[in-house]
Amino acid sequence: MSENPAQPLIDRRRLLFGAGALGAGAALAACTSNSPAESATTAAAAATTSAAAAGTPVTIGFSAPAADHGWIAAITTNAKSQAATFGDVTLEAVEGSNDVNQQISQVQTLIDKKVDALVILPFDGNALTEIGITAMEAGIPVINLDRIFASPRGSRTWIGGDNYGMGVAAGRYIGEQLKAKGVSNPVIGEIQGIANLQLTQERSKGFADALGTFGFKVSRQVSAEFTVESGQKVTADLLQAAPKLDAVWNHDDDQGIGVLAAIDQAGRKEFFMVGGAGSRNAMDLIKADSGVLKCTVTYPPTMASSAINLARLVAQGNGMGDLVENEIPASITLASATVTKENVDKYLPLGFAS
Amino acid sequence: MNDAGVTGPTVAEGVGAAGSPPGPARDEVTARPARGGLVRSLRFADAGLVVVLVLLVVAGTVTSDAFLTGSNLRNILVSSSVIGVVTVGATLVIIGGGIDLSVGAIVALASVWATTLQTQSYGPVVMVLCAVLVGAGAGLVNGVLISYGRLVPFIATLAMLVAARGLAARMAENRTQLVTQDAIKRIATTDVLGVPALVLVLLATGLVGWFILERTTFGRRVIAVGGNSEAARLAGIDVRRVTASLYVISGVCCGIAAVMIMARTTTGSSTHGSLYELDAIAAAIIGGTLLTGGRGTIVGALLGVLVFTTITNIFILNNLSTDVQNIAKGAIIVAAVLIQRRTPTRSAPVTT
Repeated sequence: MSENPAQPLIDRRRLLFGAGALGAGAALAACTSNSPAESATTAAAAATTSAAAAGTPVTIGFSAPAADHGWIAAITTNAKSQAATFGDVTLEAVEGSNDVNQQISQVQTLIDKKVDALVILPFDGNALTEIGITAMEAGIPVINLDRIFASPRGSRTWIGGDNYGMGVAAGRYIGEQLKAKGVSNPVIGEIQGIANLQLTQERSKGFADALGTFGFKVSRQVSAEFTVESGQKVTADLLQAAPKLDAVWNHDDDQGIGVLAAIDQAGRKEFFMVGGAGSRNAMDLIKADSGVLKCTVTYPPTMASSAINLARLVAQGNGMGDLVENEIPASITLASATVTKENVDKYLPLGFAS
Repeated sequence: MNDAGVTGPTVAEGVGAAGSPPGPARDEVTARPARGGLVRSLRFADAGLVVVLVLLVVAGTVTSDAFLTGSNLRNILVSSSVIGVVTVGATLVIIGGGIDLSVGAIVALASVWATTLQTQSYGPVVMVLCAVLVGAGAGLVNGVLISYGRLVPFIATLAMLVAARGLAARMAENRTQLVTQDAIKRIATTDVLGVPALVLVLLATGLVGWFILERTTFGRRVIAVGGNSEAARLAGIDVRRVTASLYVISGVCCGIAAVMIMARTTTGSSTHGSLYELDAIAAAIIGGTLLTGGRGTIVGALLGVLVFTTITNIFILNNLSTDVQNIAKGAIIVAAVLIQRRTPTRSAPVTT
């Protein structure tokens, strides 16, 4: 094919191909930009800070898993923007990692640097407990964010969301709505995140318990993987399995984009849906009130902002403004708010970009 | 690829056995393409898989009223379409003696690249072109590294897997990028002559893949290279070019799949296509493709995809939990391969 004896000096085909490839490459490179990006919602940073008066300068170390998911990305963004609001705080944030070994060594590095306080969202709470204890024994107060350590000795304070309470909030909203509509034997679907995680099981338990108080139960349960694609996939199958639904709870607004895509593609609108976590996108949809999504129950990533506040207070030896005690509490569980069309405006600034 | 090294000494015999004199032969290394390729591919390796599929359909029908309905069968086909397109490319690579671990990552990268605000501002046509070009580009990098840079395919595509996902995450700033162009979203809901557009894309890709493999000189070369690359080289095939082209084809398939996934999920995200590499390889293997190359069919691989999608569908219709699903899936993969082995297959090429 190619061993042509009378080959021209310059292979025109190759030349054209080469030029074409170059052009395509240049055109593609122009497509990478995301610059007119939505003016990043730096969630609720300065708004809520009390005791903002400058104190002794402190350095806070921060370590969280890799930002491969809207919620975790928001955690890191919030921590950074919150720290930036304080003139007396320097944030030492290490690059997020989903490898517990790496996270342990990163925290060790922060300890060696003798930071004044640590904020740690462990990839796996059990695995990071030892390094938490090491830090505490080195005299560095640790704020354990969300995923809890196996031992309370590993942290000065734990602050995190309420997975069980989130399920209860979703179950209660769905129960009340269905009761009000007078549906007697409702078909209720549940779309979980990753099924074998502790937090998923707690959410499902809370959901089932709350529905139980209304005499309802979950009829169809599927699990996705917190990703848009998996949400779309399992929902497409769920909708086939249940030709008629009354209500659906989807645990996670990030995967919810896929869930809603599947619902749209199937042309289904006979039921209403409750989301979870509280993304900006979900709140916009609730506000617009144009689709099945009527409500979301929050699991606010603003907890990272609060954790930075706590770390600052503890490093400067202060208590919390509105409490009487001289020390900050040992554990803070955040309530899961039920966001509906009525109160969505209040929560919109807290919504995170998925 | 390993194979070539191990069987090195037998190369000469291999060529002799293939029945074509090494010297002057240029293109026609193996016997000319046999007539009725589609039927033939069905007769051999895929008969067992059809049996498995029929068993699954029976199981589905018995256990759930919702299974054998038009809308559910349609749902199964649509669900198979994205991974199906990826599998076509991945299967060709495997038949050519390589492996492509980067397919899922390339899907993610192409979906992100095609949904940046900048790309979306140029409209849907540019988005599609962008996705396909990104796929082809990533495939070209794989191909060049492997054939001209002499990297082991496993390593080269593993590197691409990691790098492409990283680049996708960076480009998307770890966000999920929403598709704002309605024309793209509409792909997922459009029917052409009563068949979902996504399924037609799969059919078209499958048909092209089948045609390339069974009806073109390039296809015969792919099989020859996969069976014994050294013998193919001695027979005058430009092995490196064939190999590089295969990865580009696989990349293009990923680009097409990225557009489909953008339509399905209405987003571009660095998490798209996770574990596609395993799904595609598994589908190819239970579809009768030899992991060491030289043998395999597109039809078989697509049947493999259908088996997997049908299994998931049946489990969800029956409201089974994920852990049970996973246990059963493992068992069914083994069963499918065992059933398949009972059906006659062509003898594997080149043994010592």
